[in-house]
Amino acid sequence: MRAFTYERATTPAEAAAAAARTPGAKFIAGGTNLLDLMKLQIETPAHLVDVNRLGLDRIEATPDGGLRIGALVRNTDLAADARVRRDYAVLSRALLAGASGQLRNRATTAGNLLQRTRCPYFYDTTKPCNKREPGAGCSAIGGFNRNLAIVGTSEHCIATHPSDMAVAMRVLDAQVETVNADGAARVIPIADFHTLPGATPHVETTLATGELITAVTLPRPLGGTHVYRKVRDRASYAFALVSVAAVLQPDGSGRLAFGGLAHKPWRVEAAEQRIGQGPRAVAGAVLDGARTTPQNAFKTLLVERTLDAVFTSARA
Amino acid sequence: MDRQELFPVSRRGVLAAGVATATLAGGPLSAQEAAMAEGPPPTSPVTLKVNGKTHRLDLDNRTTLLDALREHWKLTGTKKGCDHGQCGACTVIVDGRRINSCLSLAAMHDGDEITTIEGLGTPDRLHPMQAAFVRHDGYQCGYCTPGQICSAVAMLGEIKAGIPSHVSASLEATPQPTVDELRERMSGNICRCGAYSNIIDAIREVAGQGAGGKA
Repeated sequence: MRAFTYERATTPAEAAAAAARTPGAKFIAGGTNLLDLMKLQIETPAHLVDVNRLGLDRIEATPDGGLRIGALVRNTDLAADARVRRDYAVLSRALLAGASGQLRNRATTAGNLLQRTRCPYFYDTTKPCNKREPGAGCSAIGGFNRNLAIVGTSEHCIATHPSDMAVAMRVLDAQVETVNADGAARVIPIADFHTLPGATPHVETTLATGELITAVTLPRPLGGTHVYRKVRDRASYAFALVSVAAVLQPDGSGRLAFGGLAHKPWRVEAAEQRIGQGPRAVAGAVLDGARTTPQNAFKTLLVERTLDAVFTSARA
Repeated sequence: MDRQELFPVSRRGVLAAGVATATLAGGPLSAQEAAMAEGPPPTSPVTLKVNGKTHRLDLDNRTTLLDALREHWKLTGTKKGCDHGQCGACTVIVDGRRINSCLSLAAMHDGDEITTIEGLGTPDRLHPMQAAFVRHDGYQCGYCTPGQICSAVAMLGEIKAGIPSHVSASLEATPQPTVDELRERMSGNICRCGAYSNIIDAIREVAGQGAGGKA
């Protein structure tokens, strides 16, 4: 690990100012992903701003009937919150499908959104990776890419976003609240928060330098049946090959978001109009324009079959 | 042709080349990095309450909670396995919650209360979970055991607190310590000797369900 200076911030504005003031600064909250990457010198911050004591660890009702989740609410606490379990079950289920008990106890709501990919070439510092070193080339295209993206890819990167929680946030149309170094706040819809790789795969979100996530808000409950179905190589403690977050209504309408397919939580609203036509029709619309490799082409059929299982369990 | 001729590079030469490569790969040094490269690595004062005893030290900022416990306070019961949060050997209990001590900086825990395996029980007065692991032979080499035990103790607390898991049929019902629940909840602790079935028997006994019975 490279040496770094360290400070504890006590207010969100102070944290954002500290991060903007110091070149090479990063925020640290749970640290479960950042420290892993620092040990491998994939992340080499010169300065860490510890945001654990900002008091952003509460879940509150919003005036319009939704919930405001503080950026530092731990994954365990969010999954276990009585209101989330009752009204946003897809979010509880997604959180509980991710990581291990120990990691969920530390990982935060904001940090979960900011997770880096688990593409093996991003982690292998002996191989070129455009995400790690812009312009170096992509080793995954033409390499071992069985679990990598099939939609929204570019010739520069086929990495996936690893989060389960973010997929549920996307299906719920959550909003990300931030504060920047000047103390100005803004709200970013989750659909606009994560970016596709394009020619700049090292850019993963629309956050500005030093901009700090303070909360994630959920709109009022959608009702309906909530399902999060994750298909993976092990029954527990593994990243998704394909995952589906679904909120399905008795009238046959619904919302669907997907993990394991793209550089961001994947949602195609047009596909949701086809729910009544069955899993194949929905999968076809979700994967419109997909570019697979011989190793990850299986995901196309897996999306259809996972949707089939989701629709069946929702009817049960 | 002998090996010396094929690879006419001294060990010192290789080390120097390695340093040069590392510097290049990181790009130009910022003013702050350059300043740090000259002086000793930056430190922070850290006060931790470990197993009821208060410790205060100035630690290199890079020191993980795991290394602080093992290298500075010589509490070597907590083990370093993968050092990347994958194996669970480093599990300790911080303010009542189990975490991977390898993926936390000691500085982030200033003022926190830490319980390690040494704080759960002693050879003369074993914690019930330690006694159950002995009784059920819940290990072979024993390297993962301190992490398994710290994890199991805090995990039963999570069930008591009503926290659901991935395998809970209902999110709103009170979770029960069934075999399926325990397996899912302990998936962050790897045992490469494969003592899992005995580990589950030990945990079930402590959970008051009786070992080996049906869930």
